[in-house]
Amino acid sequence: MLLFILKRIGFMALTMLAVSVVLFALLEIDKEKVAVRVIGQYTTPEQRALWLERNGYNRPIVERYVSWLGHVAIGDFGRSVRYQSPVADVLWPRVWNTVILATYALGIIVPLSLVLGILAGMREGSKLDRAISVTCIGTTSVPEFASAVFIAALFVFVLGILPGTSSMADGFNVLELVMPVMVLVLYDFGYVARMTRASMAEVMTTQYVRTAVLAGLPYARVIWKYALRNALIAPFTVIMLQVNWLLSGVIVVEVFFSYKGFGALLLDASLSQDVYLIEACTLVAVFVAVGTQTIADIAYTYLNPRIRFT
Amino acid sequence: MAAPSADLALPAPGFGAALRKAIGPIGLLRESPVGMVGITLVAFWVLVAIFAPLIAPYDPLATQDPFRCPPWWQHSYCPTNEVDNFYLLGTDHLGRDVFSRLVWGARKVLIYAPLATLCAYTVGIVMGLCAGYYRGWTDNILSRFADLILSFPVLVLYILIIAHFGASAVNIVVAIVFASGPGIMRIVRGLVLDLRTREYVAAAETRGEPAWWIMLVEILPNARGPLIVDACLRLGYVTITIGVLGFLGLGLPPPDPDWGGMINETRSMAISFPHMTVFPCIAISTLILGFNLMADGLREISLRD
Amino acid sequence: MATGSRNPPLLDIRDLNISYWTRAGEIPAVIDFSLSVERGESVGLVGESGCGKSTVALAIMQYMGTNGSIKSGSINFKGTDLRSLDRDALRNLRGSEIAMIYQEPFAALNPALTIGSQLKDIPIFHEGVSEREALDRAAVILADCHLPDPERVLASFPHQLSGGQQQRAVIAMALLSNPSLLLLDEPTTALDVTVEAGIVDLVRDIGKKYGAAQIYISHNLGLILEVCDRVAVMYSGEVVEEGTIDELFHHPRHPYTHGLFGCIPLPATDKNSAPLRPIRGQLPLPHERPEGCNFGPRCEHFTAGRCDQGVIPIEPVVADNGSGHRVRCGRFRDIDHGARVAQVADANPIRLGDTVLEVDAMQKYYEVEDRSLMAWIRGGRVRHVKANESLDFDARRAETVAIVGESGCGKSTFAKVLMGLEVATDGEVRHEGTDIGSIPVRERGPQRIRSLQMVFQNPFDTLNPSHTIGWQIGRVIKRFGVEKDRRKVRERVLRLLDTVKLPRDFYLRRPRQLSGGQKQRIGIARAFAGNPSLVIADEPVSSLDVSVAAAVTELLMEIQRENKTTLLFISHDLSVVRYLSDRIVVMYLGQIMERGTTQQVFDPPYHPYTEALLSAIPIADPDVTKRDILLSGNLPSALDPPVGCPFSTRCPRHLGAICDESRPPLQQDGEGHVIACHIPVDELRAVEPVIQMRKPEPVPAGAG
Repeated sequence: MLLFILKRIGFMALTMLAVSVVLFALLEIDKEKVAVRVIGQYTTPEQRALWLERNGYNRPIVERYVSWLGHVAIGDFGRSVRYQSPVADVLWPRVWNTVILATYALGIIVPLSLVLGILAGMREGSKLDRAISVTCIGTTSVPEFASAVFIAALFVFVLGILPGTSSMADGFNVLELVMPVMVLVLYDFGYVARMTRASMAEVMTTQYVRTAVLAGLPYARVIWKYALRNALIAPFTVIMLQVNWLLSGVIVVEVFFSYKGFGALLLDASLSQDVYLIEACTLVAVFVAVGTQTIADIAYTYLNPRIRFT
Repeated sequence: MAAPSADLALPAPGFGAALRKAIGPIGLLRESPVGMVGITLVAFWVLVAIFAPLIAPYDPLATQDPFRCPPWWQHSYCPTNEVDNFYLLGTDHLGRDVFSRLVWGARKVLIYAPLATLCAYTVGIVMGLCAGYYRGWTDNILSRFADLILSFPVLVLYILIIAHFGASAVNIVVAIVFASGPGIMRIVRGLVLDLRTREYVAAAETRGEPAWWIMLVEILPNARGPLIVDACLRLGYVTITIGVLGFLGLGLPPPDPDWGGMINETRSMAISFPHMTVFPCIAISTLILGFNLMADGLREISLRD
Repeated sequence: MATGSRNPPLLDIRDLNISYWTRAGEIPAVIDFSLSVERGESVGLVGESGCGKSTVALAIMQYMGTNGSIKSGSINFKGTDLRSLDRDALRNLRGSEIAMIYQEPFAALNPALTIGSQLKDIPIFHEGVSEREALDRAAVILADCHLPDPERVLASFPHQLSGGQQQRAVIAMALLSNPSLLLLDEPTTALDVTVEAGIVDLVRDIGKKYGAAQIYISHNLGLILEVCDRVAVMYSGEVVEEGTIDELFHHPRHPYTHGLFGCIPLPATDKNSAPLRPIRGQLPLPHERPEGCNFGPRCEHFTAGRCDQGVIPIEPVVADNGSGHRVRCGRFRDIDHGARVAQVADANPIRLGDTVLEVDAMQKYYEVEDRSLMAWIRGGRVRHVKANESLDFDARRAETVAIVGESGCGKSTFAKVLMGLEVATDGEVRHEGTDIGSIPVRERGPQRIRSLQMVFQNPFDTLNPSHTIGWQIGRVIKRFGVEKDRRKVRERVLRLLDTVKLPRDFYLRRPRQLSGGQKQRIGIARAFAGNPSLVIADEPVSSLDVSVAAAVTELLMEIQRENKTTLLFISHDLSVVRYLSDRIVVMYLGQIMERGTTQQVFDPPYHPYTEALLSAIPIADPDVTKRDILLSGNLPSALDPPVGCPFSTRCPRHLGAICDESRPPLQQDGEGHVIACHIPVDELRAVEPVIQMRKPEPVPAGAG
């Protein structure tokens, strides 16, 4: 088990390393392009050459990569052109804002979808199951940008009870979080609920649940002790992977509601070709994604006695 | 064993039979009410796309009177409609007829979404067949590559690729193939790893069939059930992706009518003039709903027998 | 055999009708079923797949799923109709009064909970005892079920136990609340023969010790004979015959029961002089049952106008003698039950030809990477699974050589090497003089490939579900270069269909439209398409129903005889092997324990493993007596086999250190009979035969 955890973490480090190589190759191999993007299009070739020389861009590529990686590892991502300040200063507050948003969203998505999924899966084919399933398909079919439009139209245009943007211009305001969280929840809960339902429904048809029922145990006991323990292993993994999906949704939601979060920053950086900021944002995003996947893998192994004790 | 010569009429299994075999499960959809709703929605949009020139009353690019509300939904911000022209869903900020743009937009999305899905499937199936059948180092290399790509949050990958290489129809398709090919590969690989242990595969191997034959003729046809379901779901995702890219300003270049792009252009005015933004949202949502319901219906049927 | 009815019976089922509802409409699963079980009695319910026997058990438990329901009839248990019970009353009954034991112990146990945690719930909820007491009680019962070290078992997860141990745990679970009725649904089908023997012994034992009545469901008449007092034979949803073991086995009255006995390779059968008599046709699908007698279309005594109309009632064989022997046949009084069907006369023994296959010191090792932390630290990460170790034997033209052994003995690995799907690690496998052990199939020429073919085990897996039958056989013919022209290929495919006795219109069918037996026939046709000199059949009939298996076995032998093909028959079932093979190779953990002619292997001297195997086969003949030899312990892992004799850990004739430490010598006993054992041959020869006939003349079932 310990070896397995070490292996997974090693694998995660390896993936991050590979991603950093790809990223470096994509954005920094062509040093002329870097110079243009950092000091601007309307500079003379001499100015650029000087800049490249001064910033060590004339060293061999491997050396450049290693030194870049060293700086990245200690959190020094360079200076953002667009924000005219160190990347770290821009990045971390934005990441924090997104963490707040994602926490609220996950805090609703997880209990909601688990409860719905279990209720639906307990009695497969019942009216409740059908209603929940169709609702879930319906909500996952509305992309975030569309549900954002619908929700904004309803709460701002028709009812006029919520602020139309979430820029937090006058300091933190929970009301401004309502719509972004609602959009994320609407799009994401259906998927987790359906996975939970499928897992629960499968467990309910297994022979060991039949054994428990035919041993005369009370229904509640059968569900709590015999079914749920097996049924929740798969959704747990899904929930961890959902963080990866949420990150995509976050970009759309932040852009739509002008929320000053990490997703909007990433898009901003990409559109303005802010090389160092793109690198930093991508690495953070991949780190979060790979990290949650690693946790999911380890937890799956831990939860599953068939793998844990062999 | 006195064998009278064959008097059986044995039709040659031609193209028709192959086609029927391929779409057979879709034909079964009539047994699932949910699937029927899905296929109706998709069929509706396909018909709209095909007959776009006949349906659309205006040129989707021509500018007329700006900011007109739909005649059946007057809201306070709109200029009063004193013009004779009839705009079913109103006009946008540049005075283009929203209904005509919606109709032509269906064409865009129904060309690019299936095209990208098809390309992604071709790549994913080839990779998955090789990884699952050969296993060993082939599998290792392909799987590690897939792991690498799948470790990016999907949208981050799209943004990186499109922002770097520029927004164009070809780049969008390439980006989708690149980003969803590995996911398809994983599914195909899993199916192949299971199917290759079947005895009919062993039987084919013991009569010395070449590897391509075993992969394409013995294994792939038996994986088609789950793959068709997945393809429907993925069509939905790809439609969302194209919409999101349009929404983020990374989609098909303007001024072509593209649903995501329409939402992007008008969203800043959505709170005052919701009709410009809401209708494309409804359009894309119904199409995606159609794909998802179809997938669900197919899955229900495939689980039944 | 309590038939006197002073007390009401423990369980009394009357006129039970059960149906399932599917998209195709209502499907009757059990029709007009009546059965009574006295206290402490053991009743067998025997029948082939789909006959409704498991449905009866679930109906007693009142567990019909969402699409099944009891249409009419009553199930009285201790005087109350179970159908009238409400949910709580039913819950109190399940697991305490009536308990069930299942076919697949691994699936029946919860993988996420320890055995103890699953077992303790039953006394806790049924009797309200404390957790400590519940666990203590569980430990006692586990020990009663012959599980060594009950405390360790209680702390184990199901996957940490072997199949036999899991089933013992399930049995313990059923016994925990001291039920008065046990339902056993094929409790040994998923287990190896030697393990099965242990479970059967335990079931008999607990019947006596706990005094619970039993309903034992099985497809195997031999098992029923060993366990039960009375038996009911089911066919296609109905009980066709019912009676005491003695009456039913000695004087069967229903043509189907007769037929079943004719399909079982009993010791009295012989492939040349007394072959199996298969029942013609297929089991009818539940929604395609014929009018009148369900067995009518397959019955030798079918009379139009009598058997194909109306409802055939079940009636006592001899009125009013109270024996309880009943039969559902309109013509049982007219049939001459003593007559045996005329034998085919041309079944002379075949003359064996030249040697076709020689296996010489063949070895196959698999490398396995050990991923545990300890192995990582020690550095020894690659371990070997010795799937085959120094195999030595040969096979001649037209000969049938059987390879016998339980799961994990390496018989299937050998088949793979022979077919070129794997390559031998060492030694030679010579086919017609050429060493093919190291040539993978892709490097074998078409000539070699077509002359070396295989019939696979699983009928549901052997044909590609995506293609038509005609296309699949046609592909083989083209591939083997037998014919090229399209018309000729088709002609040849149709002739092959004739050969395997299937209608020609199967050409256009797809595998899912075929029954298991039909698929297996197609598998045989495919193997024989290129006139092979050697066919290897890997358990070709083990997953088929008895009546169908006999027909497929006969077909295989007929084609073999016609083509003078060498047949390597891989099986775990010594009865079938005795019936059809000329020579036998007994394997255990990848090594040959004994080989010789069929006669040599079945008579002393035996290898102790062969002896145990012989003792373990259930024989459906009450006139046969067997010595009971029960093996203790589990099959060792092939990763970590014993150093000395592979069988040393379980051997009942274990000598001592010599068995554990050194490889047994190959002892010769007469022409070609080899036994790998440390015990001197003379000592083994003195052993009493395992199987003996009680009467001097063989009395096959059906005579009398």
